[in-house]
Parts: sequence; C-alpha cells; structure tokens
Amino acid sequence: MTDTHIGNGFVPSGQLQLGIFFQGVNSGTVWKSPESGSQTDFESFRRIAQTAERGLFAAFFLGEGLRLREHLGRPHALDVAGRPDAQTMLAALASVTSRIGLVATQNTTYNDPADLAHRLSSLDLLSGGRAAWNVVTTDNAWTGANFRRGGYLDHADRYVHAEAFVNTAKRIWDSWEDGAIASSPGATAWATPGSARPVHHEGKHYTVDYVPRLPRSAQYRPVLFQAGDSPEGRDFAARQADVIFSAHPKLDDALDFRRDIVERTVKAGRGTNDVKIMPASEFILAATPHEALEKKNWVRNLQIGPEQAIAYLEQFWGCELQGFDPDGPLPDIDPVVEETSETRGSGFHGAKAKQLADQWRAEAKDKGLSIRQFVSARTSRGDSSFTGSYTEVADRLSEYARTGAVDGFNISPWLIPTGLDDIVNHLVPELQERGVYPTEYAGTTLRENLGLATPVRQEAAVGNTAVGLEV
Amino acid sequence: MSTAAAKGFLALELDGDGAHPAAWRKARHAPAELLDGTRVRATVLAAESAGFHVATFADGSLTPASSEPGGRDIPGRLNALQRAAFAGPVTGSIVLVPEVDTVYTEPFHISTQLASLDYVSGGRAGWLVAASDNAADAAAVGRSFVSADGLAREAADSIEVSRRLWDSWEDDAVIRDVATGRYLDVDKLHYVDFESGVESGGAGYSVKGPSIIPRPLQGQLPVLAPAGLLSTDQLSAGTADAVTADAVLVSAPTPELLAGEIAEARAAAPAAAIIAELDVVLDARGQSAAGRLAELDAHTPWQSSRARFVGTAAELTGRLASILETADGVRLHPAVLDVDLEELAQLVLPALRRRGVLAPQQPGSTFRDLLGLQRPASRYAAATATAPLTASSAAEN
Repeated sequence: MTDTHIGNGFVPSGQLQLGIFFQGVNSGTVWKSPESGSQTDFESFRRIAQTAERGLFAAFFLGEGLRLREHLGRPHALDVAGRPDAQTMLAALASVTSRIGLVATQNTTYNDPADLAHRLSSLDLLSGGRAAWNVVTTDNAWTGANFRRGGYLDHADRYVHAEAFVNTAKRIWDSWEDGAIASSPGATAWATPGSARPVHHEGKHYTVDYVPRLPRSAQYRPVLFQAGDSPEGRDFAARQADVIFSAHPKLDDALDFRRDIVERTVKAGRGTNDVKIMPASEFILAATPHEALEKKNWVRNLQIGPEQAIAYLEQFWGCELQGFDPDGPLPDIDPVVEETSETRGSGFHGAKAKQLADQWRAEAKDKGLSIRQFVSARTSRGDSSFTGSYTEVADRLSEYARTGAVDGFNISPWLIPTGLDDIVNHLVPELQERGVYPTEYAGTTLRENLGLATPVRQEAAVGNTAVGLEV
Repeated sequence: MSTAAAKGFLALELDGDGAHPAAWRKARHAPAELLDGTRVRATVLAAESAGFHVATFADGSLTPASSEPGGRDIPGRLNALQRAAFAGPVTGSIVLVPEVDTVYTEPFHISTQLASLDYVSGGRAGWLVAASDNAADAAAVGRSFVSADGLAREAADSIEVSRRLWDSWEDDAVIRDVATGRYLDVDKLHYVDFESGVESGGAGYSVKGPSIIPRPLQGQLPVLAPAGLLSTDQLSAGTADAVTADAVLVSAPTPELLAGEIAEARAAAPAAAIIAELDVVLDARGQSAAGRLAELDAHTPWQSSRARFVGTAAELTGRLASILETADGVRLHPAVLDVDLEELAQLVLPALRRRGVLAPQQPGSTFRDLLGLQRPASRYAAATATAPLTASSAAEN
C-alpha cells in the first residue's frame, strides 16, 4: 500500500490541471506517420493551442535549445528539429487564444536580464496576464559559440547566476507602482513622475542599470516555471518557482518528490502549497486497454526506429556503430571514452561511457533485449507514460488528485498537430465527471487558473549590490 | 526595386498613441489601455483596412521628453517584435516590420526571432534595423558604450549574422525520409562561422550556427535601414541576392527637400527601395492641422528629424503622389493615431488609389513580393551548385 501522507501540513487540492508541451525536438515526436504535420508552420501551433484551450488546459509550453543538436560532430539528422523562437511564437498565439497560459523556456546564461525581463513583460501584457517563464540554465561553451559572451560560466555557478538573474527580473517586473498610469487623457502626466523605480544590479558577470519601461500586468508578473531536478535545482525552485515541471510522474516517485519539495518550500519560508508540481508526461489512449497497448507499440516503433537505436548508443560509445544489427545484442566493443560525443543539446552530460556500457550490456543480456528493444525501453518514457483506456487512465489520474502527488500534468503529445484531440475529447470529460478537473477557466490570468497567490512585491528601489556573492 | 512601372507603397508607424509626444492626450482611450494586445490589434487592423501596405513598430529608447525624470509623456513601450508577432495571425495582407536594435542585442537571438516572425505572419515580415546611440541602452545590459563610428559596424555585422543564419538551412533541409530514418539532410545545414572585426578596443564576437529554425518563408527577410547608418560599401555588401539593406529610409528637414535626399540615397544604394519619412498632421474634427499641432506642442514640443506635413487631406494626397514619383514608398508618422489615421483612411488613401499611384494590397503575398524582390536561393546552396568545393572554398564556408 502506497504511503500517501505528505506531511508539513500539506492539504491536497483534489484537483488536476493540464499543460501541453510542444516539444519540437527529440525523438518523442513522431514524424514518420502521414498524420505528422509541420513542426514550424504557425497552423500547427494554432491548432494545438486552440485544442488545448477547448480542453481548459492551463498552459501551453515551449522549449528552447540555443544550438542545433549534434551527433558525432554533425547536426543530428534523425529527430524533429528546428523550432521557432518561444516568445515570438507565444506572442502570435496570444492573439488567437484568450485563456491558456503561455510558457516560454528561456535561458539565463545567454540572455541579458533587462532585455529578457522586458520581453517577458511585453508577452504578459499582450496576453492579458498569461505569460510564464520556464527558467533554464546552461554552462556549456558549445552553446556559447552562438553568442557574444561565448562560454563564460562555470558549471558550479549556473544556479547562483540564475538566481541573481531571476531576482533582478522580479525587481524589474515590480518596479512600477500600481496605479501609476493616469486614468484619463486629461491628466497632467501619463504616469505619476518617479513611479518607475530604477533597478541596479552589480554581479560577477552582469551589471544592470535600467529604468523599466512597463507596468505590472493583470497577474502582476509572469509565472515562473522551473525544471531542474538536482538538489540545487530543487532548492532553487523551492525559493523562486511557482510551478515545477518535474520528471516524476509515477505515483510513488511523485509522492516522494512532493514530500521533498514541500519540505524544501517550507524551509525556504514559503507555504506548503506555494509551489505547484506538473510532471512531464505522455498519454497513449484508446477506447479499450487492448487498443491502447497496440497503439503504444506502434508509437514506440515510430519514435525509436533502427537508426535512432544505433544513434542513441553512438552518443555513449563515441564512435559509429553502423555495423551492428539493431535487432541484435548491444555492441561488444568498448566505447571510445576519450572521444565520447553526446548528442549535444539533448541534456545528457557527464556519463562515464565504459562503466555505462558494461552495465547496459549486462542489463540487456539479462532481460534478453536487442539494441532496439533496449533503447526503446530506456527512452520510452516508461515512467512518464500513461497508456490505457480513457476510463482506466482517468481513474489512475484521480488517485494523483486525491493524494495531492501532483497538481497536474504537462503533456508532450507524440503527434503534431492532432495529438491532443483524444485527450480533450475523451479524457477531459472523464476527469470532469470524477470531479478532479475544472469545468471552466477560473479566471483570465495564468496565475488565477493555476490557483497561485498574488506575488509579494520584490524591493526594486534599493540597489542590491553584492559583488562576489552573485554572478 | 528598380522597375519604373512598379507602384508605390505606404507604410504607417504604429508606435504609442502617435508620433507626437503629447499624442496620448488626444487618444480615444484611457492611458492604461495603451500597453496591451487589444490596442495592438485595433491599430494594426485599422492600418490594414485603411489600405496601408506596411506597418512598422518602433522600439528602443523613447523620446527625451518621456524618458527624462519628470517627463510627462509615455515612458513605456511593448517590445516591437512581439507586437508584430501578435499582429501576424490577425492580419492578412499588411507587412509587419519591427524595429530591432543591433548594438546591445544578441545577433543569434534576433535572427531566430525575425525568422519566427516570418513564420507567424505567413512571409509578411521585415526588419527595420536600428543602432542605438543611447548610453542607457548600454547600461541596461552592462556593455561598454559603442560610439558613433562603431554603430555602422555593429549594424552591418548583425545583419550579416542574420543573413547567414537565414541561409544556414537550405530550403529542402527537412526531408522526412522514412526509408533512411532521416528527418534532416545534414548536408543541407551549414555552419556560418561569423567573426566580427575587433576594432579600436571593441569586443569582437563570433557566431557558429547553424540556425535553430528552418529558413524563413521568404528565404531572406527584407532589411530596412535608415539612410546614413550604413556606408555605401556596407549597403551593397553581402551576396548578389541578399545585399545588406533592401530598403533605405530617407529623411529631410522639409517635404520640399525630400526629393534631393531621395536622389542621393538612390545613387548610394541603386538596388535598394527608397522610402521617404514623413510626419503628418491633418485637418480633423473641424480643427485645422496647424491649430491641432499648436495645441499638442503647447503640452510638449515635437522634436523630430523628419520632414513634416501640416495641412489638408487633399494637399497631402498631392504631396504623396509627388514623392512617390521618385521614392518607392513613404512611411507616415501620424501625430495622433486615433485622429490622423481616420483622416488618412477616409480621404487620403482612397484618393491616391483613384490616382493609381498605389500598389494593390494582395492577401497572401510576401514583403519581398511588394518590393519586387525574387526569393533568393540560400548562399550555401548556390555555392554547392555552382562551384564544387575546393579545400579553400570549403574553409570559407
């Protein structure tokens, strides 16, 4: 029996929210089916965002990678790639949607705080208070090769830097006094003089001296998402984030993760329910459990073809493995450790190749798996996937709502642009019948729809100078 | 833009409540309703239905009167590129051109954002290049101030980075080849390996590429630059298909002096379209243009480096027809959007259409179509097709 107690006075809301993550890169998106649409054309984005809004989804989420993925020193050929700029796309979607939140993944390492805060503010105002920022960090010089600064940040500094960046952004968003703008054209001044307080930040890598140009939005400031899973990342989220885009959708894991986050959040001086958790997840649904399983096999075959299976191993072996049979055992040669070249930009870092290869060979042999089966199992998001009939999955999700393991799910559709249709047409009504899903939007802003409190104003006027501590 | 038969086009600047710093006092909405999507949608749709071919969106530093401490006018502005993107899906024919700075911005981000704008607008995007000479913009991002002689270099470099990145995916790079399991043809993706010059203590930079988004719908977005920003050499640099600037914006102290400036700009950039800049105050609501201007100026004087037309709709119609005899387009900066745009829509544009001096508005056509520009092949595709790679030419790629 799963222990569902969370502790620290946490009270489950009994409700779930859904988000949609339009991936645009990686193997999760099927492109080999005739139904697979464009990854770049606006119509794909419009179609899926409007479907999500019909299903009362809280958020539409876009990722970001600032360098094209590479494999063995060349651009990676096998997966979907080439996504539009997140904020530009979301600004366009803001004009054809009216309630759904618009979440942009944006990097703290290769953006300037004043510029990024201003653009997020613009998106928030254009959308009537629906913008959010998924805060990500990177340190690698490989990505830096596309930017003026180059690779300048140490791995160990990335969260320290990200936090200074986020605090600066919050001060920029909070710098205008509420009610500063005149209520009629007959006023003596458009805004009360002095109502925009300058923001100054001096750190190891950035100096910001800025008079913010925009007032607060209908939701005061953009909602903050965060996805880091390391202890540092979790503490960062507990201090700063409104929502965690987590990697723990399995019920047991999700409950453990909730306990951990609640503990960290309380320690950071915030309320037990202040940080919402929405794990990444994949849904493969059909009318019957049997059909759903068949569909899953079909999807997996399209996600991880023989070429992807070999390429997956090549990242860790560091050499070409084209001679090996995808339906045979794992390669018996050892990785070229010193030449290991991960498919960069996909988030694998620092794996010890030789050790990993030994472990994987043993595991594959043990379970009698071919290369393709092994890779499919490893990358299948086995933990993040909900496969079953609409009613089956709705029952499973209700358990998450009851226990408070998560606040909702951020769904990565495996098909663009129709991948949400069965979820919105069939799963959502089942969830509504069970009383765990909204029957209308709670409000017009993302903050209202996620049930988040109005943020406390960050002190903007006082220069926060701490050279050496912040970066 | 070269053919004599080509018709002229009209652009409208949609910033704030109008080009006059005191425009907000005559706006038909409350000040707090300026900075939102509803207003952006309303103004761009009004411009499109009036028959304007192009909408531009100012960005960057605001006028001194508003940004100075104690200034009484609008100190805020939504990001221009996002306003243009927001307008993309709700419009059908008007070209959307945000102003984007080249000095204190990341060339890689700009390139991606502009390419994305081209996708969300169905190929109706352009780029109005700016080079900030404001020390406050440098301080905001913690960079050293780039002095006047560095601005042209920063602008030219940033344009070159975008142009290369836009070409870095050949048109047919996405192949979706199920048989071989390849989504991309890697041979059609190219590193751009841009290296900026390092001059007089300025920090140089490099950009590796390729882009993170496929080639824009137009292949290359038209680039507009103010006359005088780029040197004659810089203006015509780039490839034959994609010179640095496709259009040049020309200003003069008075409307009468525009003709001379247009001729000069034409000589400096023969391949570019020439767009004349004109501030506009019209008779409206029973008030004379001069009276309206005096009233606005009494609140805040209008300092502008552009030629200014103050008068009746009929006079403006004649003036525009005459400017369009030598210029390819005119960009209008109405003193008060809510007032002057109405007069332009009801009186001026219909009269110009009757005279046959305006290009037709064509839903579904691109900005390049309007400028009479072909869709260019990627420079990298051209290099592969026409010149087999030698060791040295490969190194240059």
